[in-house]
Amino acid sequence: MSVTTERRTDIGPPHYEQFLHPIIKANYGKWKYHEGLKPGVFVHVAESGDSIYTVRAASPRLISTDFVRKLTALADKYSDGYLRFTSRNNVEFLLGNKDNIDPLIKELEEFTLVGGTGRSISNIVHTQGWVHCHSSATDASGLVKVVMDELAEYFTSMKLPHKLRLAVACCLNMCGAVHASDIAILGVHRTPPRIDHKNLPNLCEIPTTVASCPNNAVRPTSIEGRSTVKVDEDKCMYCGNCFTVCPAMPIADALNDGVSIWVGGKISNARTEPMFTKLAVPYIPNNPPRWPEVTDAVKNIVEVYAKNAKPYERMGEWINRIGWPKFFDLTGIEFTKYHLDDFRHAGTTYRRSLQNRY
Amino acid sequence: MSDDLKTPLLDELEKGPWPSFVKDLKQMASKKPMVKDLLRQLEKSYRDKRGYWKHGGLVGIMGYGGGVIGRYTALPDEFPGVSHFHTLRVNQPSGWFYTSKALNELMDIWDAHGSGLLNVHGSTGDLVFLGTVTDELEPTFRDLTAKDWDLGGSGSDLRTPSCCVGPARCENACYDTLALTYDLTHKYQDELHRPMFNYKYKIKMSGCPNDCTAAIARSDMGIIGIWKDDIQVDQAAFAEYVDSGMDIQGSVVDKCPTGCISVEGKEIKIDNSNCVKCMHCINTLPKALRVGKERGAAVTIGAKAPIVEGALFGSVMIPFMKMDNFEDMHDLIERIWEFWDEHGKNRERIGECVERIGLATFIEGIGLDPVPQMVKQPRDNPYIFYEEYYEEES
Repeated sequence: MSVTTERRTDIGPPHYEQFLHPIIKANYGKWKYHEGLKPGVFVHVAESGDSIYTVRAASPRLISTDFVRKLTALADKYSDGYLRFTSRNNVEFLLGNKDNIDPLIKELEEFTLVGGTGRSISNIVHTQGWVHCHSSATDASGLVKVVMDELAEYFTSMKLPHKLRLAVACCLNMCGAVHASDIAILGVHRTPPRIDHKNLPNLCEIPTTVASCPNNAVRPTSIEGRSTVKVDEDKCMYCGNCFTVCPAMPIADALNDGVSIWVGGKISNARTEPMFTKLAVPYIPNNPPRWPEVTDAVKNIVEVYAKNAKPYERMGEWINRIGWPKFFDLTGIEFTKYHLDDFRHAGTTYRRSLQNRY
Repeated sequence: MSDDLKTPLLDELEKGPWPSFVKDLKQMASKKPMVKDLLRQLEKSYRDKRGYWKHGGLVGIMGYGGGVIGRYTALPDEFPGVSHFHTLRVNQPSGWFYTSKALNELMDIWDAHGSGLLNVHGSTGDLVFLGTVTDELEPTFRDLTAKDWDLGGSGSDLRTPSCCVGPARCENACYDTLALTYDLTHKYQDELHRPMFNYKYKIKMSGCPNDCTAAIARSDMGIIGIWKDDIQVDQAAFAEYVDSGMDIQGSVVDKCPTGCISVEGKEIKIDNSNCVKCMHCINTLPKALRVGKERGAAVTIGAKAPIVEGALFGSVMIPFMKMDNFEDMHDLIERIWEFWDEHGKNRERIGECVERIGLATFIEGIGLDPVPQMVKQPRDNPYIFYEEYYEEES
């Protein structure tokens, strides 16, 4: 006789209330203010007078169960077992007892960094890269590691004009939605998929492959009486969606794939409206394992911003104040034909006034 | 030893102050052959400067169409350990709050059934379990649901809703983002698990215009907290900022986008009728200023990354709605889905659909009236399709 258990489906996530620290539960919706105590640490004070202390630390986002267990062990020791994660993949410990802050930081600093609050560079939002994605033009975890190694002092301090948000996406599908970051590193394919006409008819369904192209660049055709597809190379924008459904159309091109760098986006409404990132560096070849040309380029932009922006100016606000010609001048980045948009609404980015600085 | 792990390029990523994923993965590799082959393949990618993954076919949980992403290595003979390396998206709790007990239980499940590697969290918000074989999918799901966890969305469905820390730990929260996220996720389980939309539909909830979930950039539908009445002022706390020597003029007054702040002596004055709720003064003087009391949310529509027609920010569809109950929100969401189902094309996000058919057609279709808050400015071209005109009376 077998025991049948009911198969549970569509139960949704557990209720969040059971994961809230008692101080949070008691003061839910009744917080009065918060303030930063030092990099990576802040206190939230409730109308009741209660305080909850937060200690924020870096996580590489791609982590192991062992790494999580290290965090939970520290939560058990210092924060009554309560912790959360931020939208930028940092971990936050929620402490009722202020005296636990420094011992917790000491243990965290054995394997990670504490910081990412206030006028700092917080953790880099990013994607899967070569670790797990079929359409990536570069690695994401590796780029994050080498860029943050270079910029770690800005994570653990609060010495920038304002917060600086970095993002990495390993192709222009942008699972990391890097299009509104202060600095974005974006993987780029630069050549259309190659077509393996010999295997395509066996591996791929033609209508699905044709339908997968967002730009109608993939069309059905026949070669020597066998059905296959062709790519209109003028229309292809290297997104890799066809490769997603048809493995006989590889998009990766070791010689030509690489990264581009974008600047000046923001999401918050503070002072100025949200802004898209704009192109700074059109292309840098992949140079793993440490991408020195990319880290140099990013560090240069950060340092020029840090030196020239006024307090409370985000990257995009600073550039808007000084003008793009001066941005290219100060950073020494070359302005090329690739900086001139040629897609939809391109004209809205052309200067239609004589208000230039000379 | 023949199964030695030699990764000279990846080893370079063990150096430096930022926590190293390579160090972490190598420890896991000593327990999991799958991770060993993952690292070998990654080393090859670092050497050859290209990825070696294929996108998945039809793998999933019985009865679900979303929540599992199939993944296979392109080189199964060389790296058999990752011949299957599927992803499960585990629906995170609102606000990404956990207890160590709950997280440890999740880790036990993943150690038992998968690679032991995960993303905390994925871009949409899920806890992403990276890497398992087809045969382990159903057992993983069984163990997850036994502990009250479920999967999130993938493909052309409602993607896992997510929210900021909200009223749990933020004084700026203008509505209960955690409660709404929980409510919508549970109400729309069918839409979350069974892809039947034109394309993906992401909903993100931020409690104030600081927008910590990037709702205006990353969600087809952003629900962003806002208030209508006056900023609350604690003049005594403001006087303390003045006494502290802070540069109020430079840091606050001059930064106000509408110039609606002035200071007389140690007193701050705000022309609230001219305030655009940008949050700068509140962010800068958190002890003295607070969001108003008449709170609710603005709803934006259509944000997305570049594919296909270019990146879009969300645009304001509803400048303010009360959030005392969520029924009006359900009603709005369902009207949008119904309209999108009828007028959208395959693989066309709602933002692109609105661009194609025009905002006027869209709002009329979902039963909203045009209001000037929806635009930066009225149209500047005269190509108006008038729908009403006079006819000679016969």
